[in-house]
Amino acid sequence: MKRRSVLAGLTALFSGGCSKLAETGPMSSLLASAEDWNRGLHNLMGRERGALAREYALEDISPTFRGNGSVDPQEPNYLGHAATGFADWRLSVSGLVTTPLSLSLAELKAMPQRVQITRHDCVEGWSAIGQWKGPQLSLLLKRAGLQEQARFIVFRCADKLGGSQYYESVDLLDAFHPQTIVAHELNGQPLPVKNGAPLRMRIERQLGYKHAKYLTGIEAVASLDEIGGGKGGYWEDRGNYQWYAGI
Amino acid sequence: MKRHALGTRLWHWVNLACLVVLFMSGLNISNAHPRLYWGHWGFAPEDAWLHITRFPGWATIPGYYSLASARLWHFLFAWPFAIGLLLFMIVSLANRHFSRDLVTRRSEWRWSAIKADIVKHLKLDFGHAGSKFNFLQKLAYGVVIFILLPLMIFTGLAMSPAMDANWPWLVDMFGGRQSARSIHFLVAWALAGFLVLHVVLVLLSGPIGQLRDMITGGAKMEDRP
Repeated sequence: MKRRSVLAGLTALFSGGCSKLAETGPMSSLLASAEDWNRGLHNLMGRERGALAREYALEDISPTFRGNGSVDPQEPNYLGHAATGFADWRLSVSGLVTTPLSLSLAELKAMPQRVQITRHDCVEGWSAIGQWKGPQLSLLLKRAGLQEQARFIVFRCADKLGGSQYYESVDLLDAFHPQTIVAHELNGQPLPVKNGAPLRMRIERQLGYKHAKYLTGIEAVASLDEIGGGKGGYWEDRGNYQWYAGI
Repeated sequence: MKRHALGTRLWHWVNLACLVVLFMSGLNISNAHPRLYWGHWGFAPEDAWLHITRFPGWATIPGYYSLASARLWHFLFAWPFAIGLLLFMIVSLANRHFSRDLVTRRSEWRWSAIKADIVKHLKLDFGHAGSKFNFLQKLAYGVVIFILLPLMIFTGLAMSPAMDANWPWLVDMFGGRQSARSIHFLVAWALAGFLVLHVVLVLLSGPIGQLRDMITGGAKMEDRP
């Protein structure tokens, strides 16, 4: 027992040392830089040429699809829409575009649709498989016309988590990826509230927190600095979650 | 030539540092969802094959629960871990460390020879004439270097959704992302077990000399008594 507590003491010392080290400038920037190395490597290995996420067969779909993060938004505006079955929900496409759009659910459903059965990977470690349906984000962006300075696409959401508005963002590689869709159906049914009703993003080559739910707006921007906490997303602004979540 | 080549010594210590940080930050990551599944998907308690205990702060990096920070440590140290192993393999092929010290001869696989080696180990007799390592050492180091460490790298990569798009065969090789995650966890503990056994055997076989040789390289083989 004594030897065990010595070992525990040693690892505690090491662990505490690491935590202290992480607070220093050089170590904290070194820790942050691995994100760029990962993205650079992934880009070279196939992300840049548009490698597709695996699509599964109908029989692979998991019996249920877990909801996580916001699963039941209580914002009065959202509750009002939910009460009317989201009949008046609009999705705006704005920012650095030549023609800003405001689209109804009917207009989105009238566009060419993509159906895909994909695996959803949460940063926590779990996975679920579901079938998603919706128009490709690239179609919306082409219709609105991106201005030349646009570098990122920001997703605006109706839900608040811990009192702050949820939002997310991706680069143009993922924005124009063929599997990046604005989904309005999961497994042949309108999106359940816990999974983002009435609209959510699918960013199939990144982790779940990038797949913004309760989507109200799509915004083209040149920089993420002035948005939210400046790190490109709700979780990125809190506690150092990586903006590039391909790993 | 020295007992341990420079490449071996450098890698040994870099690899130790990486493994310790990766293991302890990995335990923190495990705390985010302490259940394991087989197959492509899994999220519910009833589908888990293992419910993992919650690892205490003294065993994790950082020393408190933080999935985001633990991931930063994990992904930073994964780089020197993977590149270090690759370089060590190249150097050890070039300087013939593998072919001279790790390759087993057919005669060593005979049951009588293995039994004799086990008996010698149990008597804490670690002398071995002729080659640097005895059979059980070659076996242990061979399994760690060529099976367990590469498995950690590839099961780790298979958990990345971007890598699964780049290399779809990788995640299929392990039978799905959740299987890859389970194997990642099991092999991590197998490596922790190896580390404990390794340290115990060093302690039993003249730890000061062993440590000194792994730092300075030790005396030339031909000069040894």
